[in-house]
Amino acid sequence: MRALAALIAGLLFGLGLTLSGMLDPAKVLGFLDLAGAWDPTLAAVLAGAVGVTLAATPLVLRRRSPLFAPSFQLPTRQDIDAPLLLGSALFGVGWGLVGFCPGPALAALSVVPGKASLFVLSMLAGMALHVAWSAWQRRTHRRAHDPGGITPGLTGRP
Amino acid sequence: MDLPVSIPLLAAGLAGGVLVGAAATWLLLATGRIAGISGILAGLLTPVSGDVSWRVAFLAGLVLAPLAHAAILAPPEVAVSASPVLLVAAGLLVGFGTRLGSGCTSGHGVCGLGRRSARSLAAVATFMAAGLATVYATRHLFGG
Repeated sequence: MRALAALIAGLLFGLGLTLSGMLDPAKVLGFLDLAGAWDPTLAAVLAGAVGVTLAATPLVLRRRSPLFAPSFQLPTRQDIDAPLLLGSALFGVGWGLVGFCPGPALAALSVVPGKASLFVLSMLAGMALHVAWSAWQRRTHRRAHDPGGITPGLTGRP
Repeated sequence: MDLPVSIPLLAAGLAGGVLVGAAATWLLLATGRIAGISGILAGLLTPVSGDVSWRVAFLAGLVLAPLAHAAILAPPEVAVSASPVLLVAAGLLVGFGTRLGSGCTSGHGVCGLGRRSARSLAAVATFMAAGLATVYATRHLFGG
């Protein structure tokens, strides 16, 4: 039931992206090009989407639990830290270079398979790089607090 | 006002956005999860038992949707002008950046702003600024 609900959500999400023209990197870059022939479509898409979530999210969260899962799993952090800003900046540079962000790039797999898969595979590699990098960071951080290196489990799964 | 986009295209943008917002709301209501595409995808790299099938199902729907759109309305227009080298570089930046920054346009933009999260607002402002600066640099400072 949960997977079926997620499939419907993915279909609706992808249809929304397609209908709005956001699969097209040319339109995304047109929005980001304030000094050129500015294309406001992305602003309309974001306004429509955030309009719905702003109104509906508080109503949904009034429930004790979701329909097909035991509990809501929401981010709990409130602090604005360096990784948040640095990561978002790196993402923004990549977004501006090509005009793909993760959702439209995945949806575009079924439209321009060659170019989209090259982007998506590189994106997965970037994500895997982050998994490896954070595991390495955790290890060196622990080693700094454990100079003897006798804490068990350092070599296990990150 | 002289816009490079017609009113019907803007209306389609707004309608598509409403659909995206509805999809994110439905995912939250049904499964309790945030519709952050980068997070849903990255979760498959470090799979946790019982937490895989909904991710695969959501992503399958996302990939299949343009085919449904093509069958009902028209095949979507997708113009990728970037070279293969640029696609790889941008993909790496987007993949690493969205994980370090805990989200992308959907998770921080559509969902985070909807939850009135200050972290997401900071993230959206940052990636918008970086995107604008990058396009300005590539189109107006160096070549274009």
